[in-house]
Amino acid sequence: MSYVVGVDVGSRQTKAVVIPAAGGEGDGLVLGRATVYTHFDLNGAAERAALEALADAGAVHGDMEYLAATGYGRYQVAERDIQITEITCHARGAVELMPDVRTLLDVGAQNARAVKVEPSGRVTSFRMNDKCASGAGRFVERVAKALELDMDQVSALALQAKEPCEISSICAVLAESEVINHVTNGETIPDILQGTHVSISDRLTSLVRQVGLEEPFGLTGGVSHNRALIHALEQRLGMTVCLHADSAYAGALGAALLGRQRALQLTQAPAA
Amino acid sequence: MYTAGVDVGSTQTKSIVLDENGRIVGRGIRMTGADVVRAGDEVLAAACEQAGIETHEIVYTIGTGYGRFRVATGDDQVTEISCHAKGAVRLHPGTRTILDIGGQDTKAIRTNAEGEVVDFCMNDKCAAGTGRFLAAAAEVMGLDVSEIGPESLKSTEQLKITNVCTVFVESEILNQLSRGRKREDILAGVHRSIAGRSASLLRRVSMEDELTFTGGVARNPGMVKAVEERLGTHVNADEDSQYMGALGAAIFALERAQAGVHDREVIS
Repeated sequence: MSYVVGVDVGSRQTKAVVIPAAGGEGDGLVLGRATVYTHFDLNGAAERAALEALADAGAVHGDMEYLAATGYGRYQVAERDIQITEITCHARGAVELMPDVRTLLDVGAQNARAVKVEPSGRVTSFRMNDKCASGAGRFVERVAKALELDMDQVSALALQAKEPCEISSICAVLAESEVINHVTNGETIPDILQGTHVSISDRLTSLVRQVGLEEPFGLTGGVSHNRALIHALEQRLGMTVCLHADSAYAGALGAALLGRQRALQLTQAPAA
Repeated sequence: MYTAGVDVGSTQTKSIVLDENGRIVGRGIRMTGADVVRAGDEVLAAACEQAGIETHEIVYTIGTGYGRFRVATGDDQVTEISCHAKGAVRLHPGTRTILDIGGQDTKAIRTNAEGEVVDFCMNDKCAAGTGRFLAAAAEVMGLDVSEIGPESLKSTEQLKITNVCTVFVESEILNQLSRGRKREDILAGVHRSIAGRSASLLRRVSMEDELTFTGGVARNPGMVKAVEERLGTHVNADEDSQYMGALGAAIFALERAQAGVHDREVIS
């Protein structure tokens, strides 16, 4: 059997998914997935993620018919057959995972993107913040680091918050000092963490409103694992946030689907 | 008669003790840390020790900086903007504009010949262009903050740092290093980036010569050079740059003391 691999080389993590080169519906679509840390060797990360995802699908490198790359490191993927921008891939992947979704928010380590999408996955408008960490996953990471917590502890702790405290710093770096001050002043860790999520949610909400928020609203990207942040976002938006177990793989899946479409076009086109 | 100024900054706390002639007789400095009150007490004690006097010989103390209300011995508080202007004009009488780059904020201040503030503008919303930006670069490279300025001066190749965000610049630096770019070239780019941000802040207060550079970052020779190159003008910077706020506070304290206001009850 031959496969198409989509790889999404993000600033923090590189994600890969494996789909069949033809067919595959619902649960039969994503056959393998893998996430690795990107670090600095972008191509190396892409290779590792692709191989691990293939292994997860019970396949090997030779079974890979087509490789589509997206994410900020897409041009560094040596083996790629095509590279596609993140916005297009995320929209395509998200619509596959959550077909009804009309407005999408993709929050990664360094980016936040709000996207209006048609049922076909076509993007009609988008807004992004990629200039500063104020509304991205790195903001939470910095706060967690300042509090000497692991990222996987953050969500569960934040959900215990009773009265989230106000985090006034927009800058992730300045927020670290503010957070330490809150600790000194006797605020609880859950209240500080959830305050951080509320503050990020405020900025994400205004980004989403800029594209014209239309329900259903879906979340993709690495941050979709953070339940406490999702809770804060739902409160701010006053609506349910749609998720899918593969939300973090939306970009990689979109790349795989668009790549597969491209591969099919190539095979169907008359030989030159 | 002695007076003191205590400047509690986000990163460091500084103290200056003046004698009755306004001469600097003692200096104290330490990291602010979490215990702001203790930091103030300790730097004042250190400055007194250097001056060879007892703490109780200080007749009037003024607190400044973001932690000024938590200076236990403070008789009164004055904003760091006024204090920097006062201190800078004392050390460099020709000063008309001040660039103060501290740990978490950057200020452009315009002053008159008396050291009174005419206009100011500041960035305290984001760490870009502040000492934190430099500290982040130093940390990523495994260098001490004191090493990066001299290191940047060795640069031979122009390299542009494109990220404004301190968080993102850390990744950018690591990327540049992994691509084999030289440490000194990257650092020079980091210094130029901050100089660019400083220049736009200075424009907003309509900078006039002379420019005096204050705050902890002014002790960084790479930063002084980058600012001078960017603005095309000489910059006053010296060993006491980071004590400028504390010096200004101590001068205000001396003026109050000489005016006979040395009792907490009298001023409140």
